[in-house]
Amino acid sequence: MSKKAPNYISTTNACKLCTPLGACLAFKGIEGAVPYLHGSQGCATYMRRYIISHYNEPIDIASSSLSEKNAVYGGGPNLKLGLVNVTQKYQPKLIGIATTCLTETIGDDVARYLNEFMRETEGTMPIMVRVSTPSYNGTHMEGFHAAITSVVDQLAEGGEAVAGNINLLPGFISPADKRYLSEILDDFGLESTILPDLSDTMDGPAGTSYQEIQPGGTPIASITTMGRASATIEFGRTIGEKSGGAVLANKHGVKRIVLGTPIGIAETDALFDTLSSVSGNPVPLKHTMERGRLLDSYIDCHKYIFGKKAIIYGEEDLVVGLAAFLAEIGIVPVLCASGGKSGKLAAAIRDVTGEILAEQPQVFEGMDFFDISEMAEGLAPDLLVGHSKGYPLARKMTIPLIRVGFPIHDRMGGQRILHLGYRGTQALFDQVVNAVLAKKQDDSSVGYSYM
Amino acid sequence: MEGMLAERQDQVHRTGEQPFTLVCNKDSLAGAVSQRACVFCGSRVVLYPIADALHLVHGPIGCAVYTWDIRGSLSSGSELFRLSFSTDLQEIDVIFGGEKKLYRALIELIDRHSPKAAFIYSTCIVGIIGDDLEAVCRQVESEKGIPVIPVMSEGFKGNKRAGYTAACNAMARLIGTGDTAGISPYSINILGDFNLAGEIWIIREYFERMGVEVVANITGDGRVDDLKRAHGAALNVVQCSGSTMDLAKIMEEKYNIPSIRVSYFGVDDMAQSLYDVANHFGDKEMLEKTKKIVQEELTRIMPQLERYKKALAGKKAAIYVGGSFKAFSLVKAFRLLDMRVVMVGSQTGTEQEYRELAEITDPGTIIVDDTNPLELSSFLEEKEVDILVGGVKERPIAYKLGVAFCDHNHERKEALAGFQGMLNFAKEVYSSVMSPVWRIKK
Repeated sequence: MSKKAPNYISTTNACKLCTPLGACLAFKGIEGAVPYLHGSQGCATYMRRYIISHYNEPIDIASSSLSEKNAVYGGGPNLKLGLVNVTQKYQPKLIGIATTCLTETIGDDVARYLNEFMRETEGTMPIMVRVSTPSYNGTHMEGFHAAITSVVDQLAEGGEAVAGNINLLPGFISPADKRYLSEILDDFGLESTILPDLSDTMDGPAGTSYQEIQPGGTPIASITTMGRASATIEFGRTIGEKSGGAVLANKHGVKRIVLGTPIGIAETDALFDTLSSVSGNPVPLKHTMERGRLLDSYIDCHKYIFGKKAIIYGEEDLVVGLAAFLAEIGIVPVLCASGGKSGKLAAAIRDVTGEILAEQPQVFEGMDFFDISEMAEGLAPDLLVGHSKGYPLARKMTIPLIRVGFPIHDRMGGQRILHLGYRGTQALFDQVVNAVLAKKQDDSSVGYSYM
Repeated sequence: MEGMLAERQDQVHRTGEQPFTLVCNKDSLAGAVSQRACVFCGSRVVLYPIADALHLVHGPIGCAVYTWDIRGSLSSGSELFRLSFSTDLQEIDVIFGGEKKLYRALIELIDRHSPKAAFIYSTCIVGIIGDDLEAVCRQVESEKGIPVIPVMSEGFKGNKRAGYTAACNAMARLIGTGDTAGISPYSINILGDFNLAGEIWIIREYFERMGVEVVANITGDGRVDDLKRAHGAALNVVQCSGSTMDLAKIMEEKYNIPSIRVSYFGVDDMAQSLYDVANHFGDKEMLEKTKKIVQEELTRIMPQLERYKKALAGKKAAIYVGGSFKAFSLVKAFRLLDMRVVMVGSQTGTEQEYRELAEITDPGTIIVDDTNPLELSSFLEEKEVDILVGGVKERPIAYKLGVAFCDHNHERKEALAGFQGMLNFAKEVYSSVMSPVWRIKK
């Protein structure tokens, strides 16, 4: 494996976002929910801008808008005022309250404030879910998972298990991915709760009026039944033991099945096998056909990409899925980098690539784009795979960037990128192959119009 | 407006319906989903375009990463300002203090990039954990021999305007430290233009054609060495008065440099800006040159504007921008296109500015301070607006309502200043309003 881990004090061009942003996105995938940040006004506005630039959809994130006085005397009164105002204006079913570094540092006791508030308002308020997300601790993915864990912890109820009903906690995926997963589960005849669901809330149709809260999201009624599902499938080989699935297992005895993010045939097979076994149904023909076509295209194109070198960066579980995919098509991931620090990235990548790759890629957690760029110079990659923020590096090295994940800030349609399953892999695969072909064609002095 | 939060109602005025009253420059209301950011944001946007300085954000990662490469400010040289530097504070730093990490990060980055100066931005928690930024900066400054300047921009200590002030205070520490020998008596600093899509280059060219020397760009395509000698200029020409007027005042007090307020948006204001500078210097030849520039430029763009005007006449526009100075010029620019402004608002306007806006707008025009998505969408619906001018956060609101949009915020990649900028603006408005996509039935 690796040579020397980068060990700089400063961070340059971070390859991660802060925890509350992840929490806001998770909350945004719940029916009738408004994300709420207990902190100063800037956080909410900055995150909205960042998220809007990817989805091109409105996202209203409320804030306690704390001032200097509040920071000294405590943010409780502003929190309560903010919740009253949000309730009046948005009439939400749920308010997802995430803390920020400011309120964590001044020691605001949000749990106590909310208990007081619920007593004072005598149950007239929407459901309040709170999550602690100091931005000096973890990345947006820790915030995302923490919010999901809080939601199931606070809302899921126990009871007798319902056969054929499963939970799917897919992590941070695109609206297109979510729609496709729903289709797959339907095809297996499974009743399911997929949490969260950004497919309508962050990829809605053109409207005629501005909706306070976009329709869609995981229904709250469905979340309450999650403790009675026959199994929870969670995507993510690096997620910890405090996940939503772990809470459902520990509190309600729901069987927990952890799978890798299903990108590539091997990781997707694992998903389909699992679905087949939990549903008792064979893989529907439609999907075996998609798998067959995908493999057919792998074979058609294998020579054009064999031995090409890729740098993969981004959220840890996305990186693992991408590594599994690239390795199985004959592309060598030479560097797998993430701003996250789960401590599990290298092992997870070995698990999905160990049988194929003669040599493990360099795998680093806690990376920023300065580190990645520095290492890239010696690795001579043929392509980058990751989100928009790798563009300066791709430009410098004049190699293609395959845009995946979040954020996509320099292209349209980030929310419609399909990454998962046989279908998403097919889309990614065509893109990868064609990027390699286009580069060769563009660089060629001849410029053939056929291969 | 029906359903508007009671605490928000005194921040909206309708021209002509009652005597002018409007409350502004107050903290955003909790839970109202303000479009404003924070003190840090105010400082960061003002100082950002100083291209050869190191901009280090001292705090957890969010503040740095959300402001990475977000402005459309261009540089004619150094690209250092486009990198996002952070101390990326962790829990342990919050407990034991972040000064050591800041010191080591600064030394590391200065050694790596050899910047001309460094700005260190304070964020929310730095204000709480009490790191002594001044002391760290002083130490690094003495070790590295470059100006290392703290920017007191803790997010919660006021709104965006407070951030402008913090940025001006930071720049004031650079100004006055350079050699002013050889500066022409006909010299200016350009304040409050951020060189979005190369706008300051357009403006500088006009001034150069007039025979005026530009000493420092503050801050578009800005340079540390130019800032250091900015006190040698004879006049400060201030656009975006909200963001840099504080600096002009400091320079007036300290160096006796007068200032004039200008705007480079729209042909009237652009021409007036050049005339004001020429008149300030009272040089006949300069005035003649200025007339010639204005005439040449108008002759060039007016016929082209006619085409847009024909298509856009009578359309209704709404404006929601960061600072209200820009709103004045936009009201006039829309008039030039025979369009009607029916709503105008800003995040950080002053009472005086809003009062003047109420004076120049048509009866019934909505004037609003620190609005939010729900109010904004209801205004757009009520007034049956054809186009909204705003920034990224306003764009999806317009689009969801089927309303055209023009980006006039700091991320834009189109030059909208100067005479050419007016033409570009008309084209931007035209390209959205006249798109056939609005015809398709929803």
